[in-house]
Order: sequence, then C-alpha cells, then structure tokens
Amino acid sequence: MTDPIVVAEGLHKSFGDTHALRGLDLSVPRGTVCGVLGPNGAGKTTAVRILATLSDPDAGHARIAGYDVVRQADKVRERIGLAGQYAAVDEKLTGRGNLRMFGRLYHLSRREAHRRADELLERFGLTDAADRPVAGYSGGMRRRLDLITCLILRPEVLFLDEPTTGLDPRSRGEIWDSVRELVADGTTVLLTTQYLDEADRLADDIAVVDHGQVIATGTPDELKATIGDRLDVVLEDPAALPAAAAVLHALAGTDPAVTDAGRLSVALPAGGFRLADIVRELDRAGVEAADVRLRRPTLDEVFLRLTDRKEHV
Amino acid sequence: MTALSSPLGRLRWTFADGLTLVGRELGRLRRQPGELVAALVFPAVMVVLFGYVFGSAIQVPGGGDYREYLMPGLFAMVTFTAAQGVMARVAADASRGVMDRFRSMPMARLAVPFGQTGADLLVGLAFLAVMVGTGLLVGWQPHRGLVPTVEAFLLMTVLRYALSWVGVYVGLAVRNEEAANALVPLFLPFTMVSNAFVPTGGMPGWLRFLADWNPVSALTAASRELFGNPGVPSGDVAWPLAHPVAAVLLWSAALLAVFVPLSLRAFMRRGR
Repeated sequence: MTDPIVVAEGLHKSFGDTHALRGLDLSVPRGTVCGVLGPNGAGKTTAVRILATLSDPDAGHARIAGYDVVRQADKVRERIGLAGQYAAVDEKLTGRGNLRMFGRLYHLSRREAHRRADELLERFGLTDAADRPVAGYSGGMRRRLDLITCLILRPEVLFLDEPTTGLDPRSRGEIWDSVRELVADGTTVLLTTQYLDEADRLADDIAVVDHGQVIATGTPDELKATIGDRLDVVLEDPAALPAAAAVLHALAGTDPAVTDAGRLSVALPAGGFRLADIVRELDRAGVEAADVRLRRPTLDEVFLRLTDRKEHV
Repeated sequence: MTALSSPLGRLRWTFADGLTLVGRELGRLRRQPGELVAALVFPAVMVVLFGYVFGSAIQVPGGGDYREYLMPGLFAMVTFTAAQGVMARVAADASRGVMDRFRSMPMARLAVPFGQTGADLLVGLAFLAVMVGTGLLVGWQPHRGLVPTVEAFLLMTVLRYALSWVGVYVGLAVRNEEAANALVPLFLPFTMVSNAFVPTGGMPGWLRFLADWNPVSALTAASRELFGNPGVPSGDVAWPLAHPVAAVLLWSAALLAVFVPLSLRAFMRRGR
C-alpha cells in the first residue's frame, strides 16, 4: 500500500531551445493528493502530459501503477483520468450525452454507460442540468462535468491540471469537495495549481517545481517549517521604525521587510521564539507596538522564497 | 472491458469507437438542427443567386437551360464543404482539450479521425438529398437513367470522403478554432475558380489552367456527363475535363494517399 503509484525518474523534455523539464523526479504514494506547485512555465503541464501518455519524454521514465507510460501506454490509460485546463467536453451535447458518449468510448456496454452517467450526475449534483447542452453551463458546472467524465472508469490516478483556474470561489469550493470525496474513495490525485491555498487545503504532499526540476518536497507543514515562523509587528508611531528594525534584526539575524508605514515583517530562524520574549525585547528598546504577531508562514511565502532563491543561485 | 492488445480486438474497437463518434456528430446535429439548416441555406441561396440572377445573362455553350448547367456545379460546391466542416470540428476538439481527452483514454485512437470523416459522410448525404430536392424544384433533372445517376452521386461521395481527410489534417495542423474559422472564406474562391458557374473557355490562360485542373471542375464535368446535363465540353479541352470520371477518381485516390497517412501521423504523434 505504501508503494508509490506514480513514479517519475529523471524526466527530460525540450521543445526546440526550451528545456521544459530537466530531470524531474516525482513519487506519489497511493491514495494521497500530491500538489505540484510552480510558476508559469516551470514544467508542470509538460510533466502531467508525459504522465498521462500524451507526450513522450526525451529522457528518463515514468510508471503509473507499475506500467511504463511509454511502452505500456494502453495499460496506463485504463488506470488514469485527466482533467486539463479546459472543460474538455462536447459543448453541443448535454451533460448526460457527454457522459454516455465517453462511457461508450471507455468500452462500457450501452446500459452500463447510461447507468454510470446517471450515477455520476446524481452524485456530483448535476442531475438538474443533465439534459441541457453544455454550452449553457456555468464555468463551475463545466469543470465539474469535466472532472466526473474522468471518473467513469473509477481511475486509480487522477491528474488535475489547474482544475480551478478562472473559477469563482464558490465553484472552487465545490471542486475541492469533489476531490476530497474521490480521495476518500482511494483515488490518488496529482494536482497542479497556481493557487497555493488550493494546494494547502487539498494536498498531503507538495512538490515545488521550478525550471523543470523539483526543488522542494514535503507536507505543507514541513515546507512551512523550513523557512521558520513569521513575526509581524505594527507600530503605534512610524517614527519608531529604526528602533524596531534594530530589535527585529537582532532577533532574526536579517533585516525585516517594511511592508507598510509602521509595519514590519521578518522570518525567524526555525524554533525557540516566544511571543512574550519578543514583546519584552521591543519594550526594552522603547518601541510601542500596536500589534505583535507570531505566525506560521503561508505557503505563498514558502513558494516565493523557494522559487526566488533558485533564481539567485 | 477493453481488449486493445490483439490486432483483431484493436480493429473491432476502432470500428466500435468510430461508430460512437459518428453517433456523437449526429447527436450534435439533433441538438442543433439550426447548424444544418444554416449550412443548407447557403447552397439554396446560390441556386437563386446564380440560377435566376446571374443565370439570366449567362449563355450555356452548346445551348441548354442554365439551371440544368448550374446544378452539377452546386453539387460539387456542396461536396467541397466537407473539408471545411471537418476541419472546423477537428480544430475545435484539438483546441478545447477534447482531443487530448480522447488520447488519454484506453480507446482506439484511430477511431477519432475515422469517426469524424464517417460522420461527415452521413452529413454529406443529407446535404445532397436537400440539394437534389432544390434542383428538382428549379427544373433540374438527370436524363440518362438510374445507373449513371447513381454513379454521379457515388463520385461525389467518394471525393467528399477524400476531402474530409484534408479537413482532418488541416484541423490537426492549425489546432486552433479561430485560425480554422479564418481559413473558411478561402473555400469560396477555390470553388469559384472552376467550371461550376461559367465555362472556363473565356478565362485568361493562367486562370483557365487553374480552373481546368481544379477538382471542382472535374466533379462538375463528370456530373454533367452522367446526368446528361448541358455544358459537356467538346473538342480540345484539358485532360481532366475530357476524362472527368477518371479525373475525380484519381483526385480522390491522390488526396486519400496523401492526407490519410499525414493525418494519422499527426494524430498519433506524442511530441507535444
């Protein structure tokens, strides 16, 4: 059970002069959600396309459930679902018509395809819209239909390439609920996203990709711990800024970022800082603070730090 | 469930999946009959425009009714819409990720182009039926009996099928719905530079050459001959017009020989 179901080793892929992947390694344990994060052009989509058998790697190899994505593509295709950045369904057919057609293309019998379509529509709350053409669906409904189209064969691995890009918050919430439900059923999900809160909420593990390589992996908490806690200080009087900055520098060993007039923020080295000590230090320097907060970094901060550091190397 | 491993199983599923995709296209038409009507209005407008407006001033060489002369040209023109229709649908599937979905599924990949072209064949038969009805209404009719008439419609169907593969290839090559739509207006002049509406004899030499060798002209000439309609050229004419039936078959074979392998290769390629 703990065997990884998705394994990529040393994937390379170039398009002309562009190196989309430069030795990407990835391993996703069965039944978990892996969030692949990275800036635009980092190689996320290229990696998903290779894993979903749409594209061949120039070097390296990948296996899904033990089957090689290049040599045993048919076996892989029986075990995966892919929901891309578009709603890849037929706009002119109804929701039900789409599910029945894809069911037939998955080689279900006519009766089985019809039954599965009804079941999925019911379960994912699309029954009311089922007999309307997809062209009249909202963005969220289309994505949901797109998602359930992948589920016809109950795939072992589901690839979601930016499943909520461009959706309103409510529709995003609905997609997230659907994904959680799938994972509860045992489906493994590989999710690429630009929204870090999405990864934070859904992913068990995160792989940060930049310039075609994985530059960090871990649970969201582990990644946050690598850059330590954040200390935010809001001053009563902006004139006290230099004194406050000196105190924070002494604590953190780096210059704090002044985010706003009278607002400072600094990353503390991991472990060992108590709020009471910090307040006392500020007090001793004569700094009057309106607010002092010690908090976990957001995944955004982790991400910016990781991808930024990479660029400076 | 699936049995793509054996060659026979693969063939069977290619056929079954192709039929499913034919069903898809027919389902689309049933949902949007307006699209079919719009596509049929255009040739009907051409019948009126050419049959009654321009036709009133056009003299058919060798005599005869202009509308009798015109209808084989319009049949040919409608036949050539196959390429643009299939191109638009393939490009839409490619740009909206539907093609990627098909390719990530354990289905027979080749079923997709075969399904698209097969569906177009059925659509083409519907077009042809409406055109025949329109033709009969304006006084056109075949004069040489059942067998040559059926031969003419078979020729149209064969060439239509070959042209639909051109559509598959271009649609896969552009992979972009808007770009595909931008290509559509090019089809009209292509069908006009032919003998479909006027004899090619009066055109300047270079244009006449293009028109004589245009497959539209070969199909038009073959239909006129097989229907017994006026305008069959006599004397010293270009080879495709002197042997129009052979020319249509050769054109069809050539288009299939080039575009089926190109399309299949483009479809199977896994580079991107």
